Amino acid sequence: MSTQTLELDIPPDSPTILIRRFVKAPPELVFTAMTEPRHLRRWWGPRNLELVVCEVDLRVGGGYRFVHRAPDGSEFGFHGSYRELDPPRRVVQTFVYEGAPDHPAVETMELQPVEGGTLLVATSVHDSVASRDAHVASGMEAGMRETYERLDELLAGLAPAAGA
Amino acid sequence: MQGQLDRTFAALADPTRRAIVARLAHGEASVLELAAPFAMSQPAVSKHLKVLEAAGLISRRPDAQRRLCRLAPEGLKAVSDWADSYRRFWEESFSRLDDYLDELQRDHPQPQGEPP
Repeated sequence: MSTQTLELDIPPDSPTILIRRFVKAPPELVFTAMTEPRHLRRWWGPRNLELVVCEVDLRVGGGYRFVHRAPDGSEFGFHGSYRELDPPRRVVQTFVYEGAPDHPAVETMELQPVEGGTLLVATSVHDSVASRDAHVASGMEAGMRETYERLDELLAGLAPAAGA
Repeated sequence: MQGQLDRTFAALADPTRRAIVARLAHGEASVLELAAPFAMSQPAVSKHLKVLEAAGLISRRPDAQRRLCRLAPEGLKAVSDWADSYRRFWEESFSRLDDYLDELQRDHPQPQGEPP
């Protein structure tokens, strides 16, 4: 368990998403990086999305809200509240994508100490397979934008040579 | 493109239609064969097939007295790209997290995780 490959399981018949990822740092540090805004702003989300709102009230009953802004100005907001906090091992929180506010999900994040670092296991449980799929599709939108932007960069890089 | 994807996902939001797609992953089948595992009439299954066809997920061709259904690779590619993009979202976040944690550990070295 030392590869940093992302394991992603989106089963067709159950409204869940499972993510497993090894991270080369101890759970204490990973927990801090994943829960404090000053750290989250440095890495959360793909590079092309700017994190314009990052509010965290880290206590049971407290909540968080993040808003990503894409280069074209469109924004994706999501928020939730903390149900369980057991630093640096476990967080249970609700997750509401503001584009589909009637379909909250429950996310459980576990940080397991393993040799050389931390195994992060995140499970999200949605209210139906359809809303789980919609959630994945919202990530897709960001991913597609990113892909197009990379294409733009590639084309921009090729342009001078083509014009020469 | 987005409209087509919306149709694709709307089509797959139904468990019967997902089951039909799963069955067709094993090869072509007639409406009668597809209807067999379900407690529903052949016309009801035909209705689902129409939705899948409009979504670009299956195609149908006549074969003697019946019509055979098969998966349409382009429609399925849209579905697999969908999960791939979600994966990319997380892979890029985690790769940024890796870099950031490296930076933090370089600037503030600390003993490696003694389990508390």
